[in-house]
Amino acid sequence: MSTQDTTPLDVERIREEFPILSRRVGGDVTTPGEGPGDETPLVYLDNAATSQTPDRVVDVIADYYRSYNANVHRGIHSLSQEASVAYEEAHDRVAEFVGASGREEIVFTPGTTEGMNLVAYAWGLAELGPGDEVVLTEMEHHASLVTWQQLCKRTGAEVRYIPVDEQGYLDVDAAAELITEDTQMVSAVHVSNTLGTVNPIADLADLAHDHDAYLFVDAAQSVPNRSVDVSDLGADFLAFSGHKMCGPTGIGALYGREHVFEEMQPYLYGGDMIRKVTYEDSTWEDLPWKFEAGTPNIAGGIALGAACDYLDDVGLDRIQAHEEQLTEYAYDRLTEFDDVEIYGPPGDERGGLVAFNVDGVHAHDLSSIVNDYGVAIRAGDHCTQPLHQKMGVAASARASFYLYNTREEVDVLVDAVDEARQLFA
Amino acid sequence: MGLGSDMYRQQILDHYKNPRNYGELPDATFSHEGENPTCGDTIEVHVRLDDDGETIERVSFEGDGCAISQASASLLTRELPGKTLDELDAMDRDDVVDLLGVDISPMRIKCAVLAEIVAQDGAKIHTGELEVDTTTTEE
Repeated sequence: MSTQDTTPLDVERIREEFPILSRRVGGDVTTPGEGPGDETPLVYLDNAATSQTPDRVVDVIADYYRSYNANVHRGIHSLSQEASVAYEEAHDRVAEFVGASGREEIVFTPGTTEGMNLVAYAWGLAELGPGDEVVLTEMEHHASLVTWQQLCKRTGAEVRYIPVDEQGYLDVDAAAELITEDTQMVSAVHVSNTLGTVNPIADLADLAHDHDAYLFVDAAQSVPNRSVDVSDLGADFLAFSGHKMCGPTGIGALYGREHVFEEMQPYLYGGDMIRKVTYEDSTWEDLPWKFEAGTPNIAGGIALGAACDYLDDVGLDRIQAHEEQLTEYAYDRLTEFDDVEIYGPPGDERGGLVAFNVDGVHAHDLSSIVNDYGVAIRAGDHCTQPLHQKMGVAASARASFYLYNTREEVDVLVDAVDEARQLFA
Repeated sequence: MGLGSDMYRQQILDHYKNPRNYGELPDATFSHEGENPTCGDTIEVHVRLDDDGETIERVSFEGDGCAISQASASLLTRELPGKTLDELDAMDRDDVVDLLGVDISPMRIKCAVLAEIVAQDGAKIHTGELEVDTTTTEE
């Protein structure tokens, strides 16, 4: 693809593949006072937490269990061969999806968090020690922040944080000061799950590589909705989750440069990851299997490949454009209320989410009230407690959009937020 | 449609916007504070006992957080006077839900019971049955 195709999505047709979006939920707007109702149309705006799954991906999971369920890599029989080929080819598919050179660079994990921990344990425990530095951003998800923080406590390395400025952007000048000869790892979130900031990953990669450090990219909020290429980003590691990109829960992928993966010791030991075992010693299977001990999430892995197919069929550039339009619209409409504070960059410079607070209304109250209008949003700290402390709030509400959302759904959200404002006024 | 949500019936909103017995309590017999770490709700309960050392005479609270947590604290300050410490200890989540007068969704129940648990822990610390600095709701 040399040119970007950003023609508008046929959302109505897309929604036909997501029957869950047509269901009704227990809001009480249409059944006041009678407990859980069942007549309020669902408006699903919690996509940064998890996305819905199209029929064709659900079918892939069902087809696996109905037609060729078998363990992989160890059976000679037909079913095992079919399952093994499908599971292995899913690695190729995911590698292609993020621009990796092949399956050797793609380890299937239960999700982004496990990818982070895999590198922290397999690489970090062996490589880090007193005098070393790990540089993070202040907007890291707990999956990254807590993992590196605790690893540094264990190894004696130091954690440093690249500051976030008032507008929610990363202070790249400060990053240039913070990343030094002692830096071994820079770990940065690509798109912030709280601020929506799209971080300058390639710049961070240059800074890291200038000092012979690795760059780990938390791509949980970017791979689902934009074209991500590990070479363009300069990532040495990159992790993401299937359930945020139209795939199932419990499966994700960790990209790692082949030569780096080669040098790392396994993270989990067990079956499937070994080549030769004696009572005294063991040797390891080739990449990526060296990092996939035990029976893997076979159906999930195959479905992750199918999710990549689905997103490519729709077109990632079109999905990104659609999300950005919805986000800008939501940002503009919410900004109409002078008692609403939105966190992060302007509406036209962010990923597909808007985290906000209504003055005088706790985020949990807000979420409860809009739920009565069928609107599903997240309320809480979004696994970024230190960032929320910096923002001066304990919690925020967050609406996040995906390919199947509409402007009309944004209107329902805004009307529900307005109701909450008036209720608490 | 108007007011929309069941959970936010007038009583809760009223107690949230105009909390009863809010502030410090002169001559409090004991005070205790607690929080919902994930929500950021905080409640400090002050209790004054009768001369018998058993019966609750007056209760006040201070705090910050969602409407459910603050309204249930406000309601509790009116419910507790006259009860004994044993009666306070015997209270459970159903009592709080009854007090609030609305259905509380499972995800919000810890907001509703925060003040009650803080008062109960405060009483146990007072009688020497418990030793904690602050109470946190974790399930």
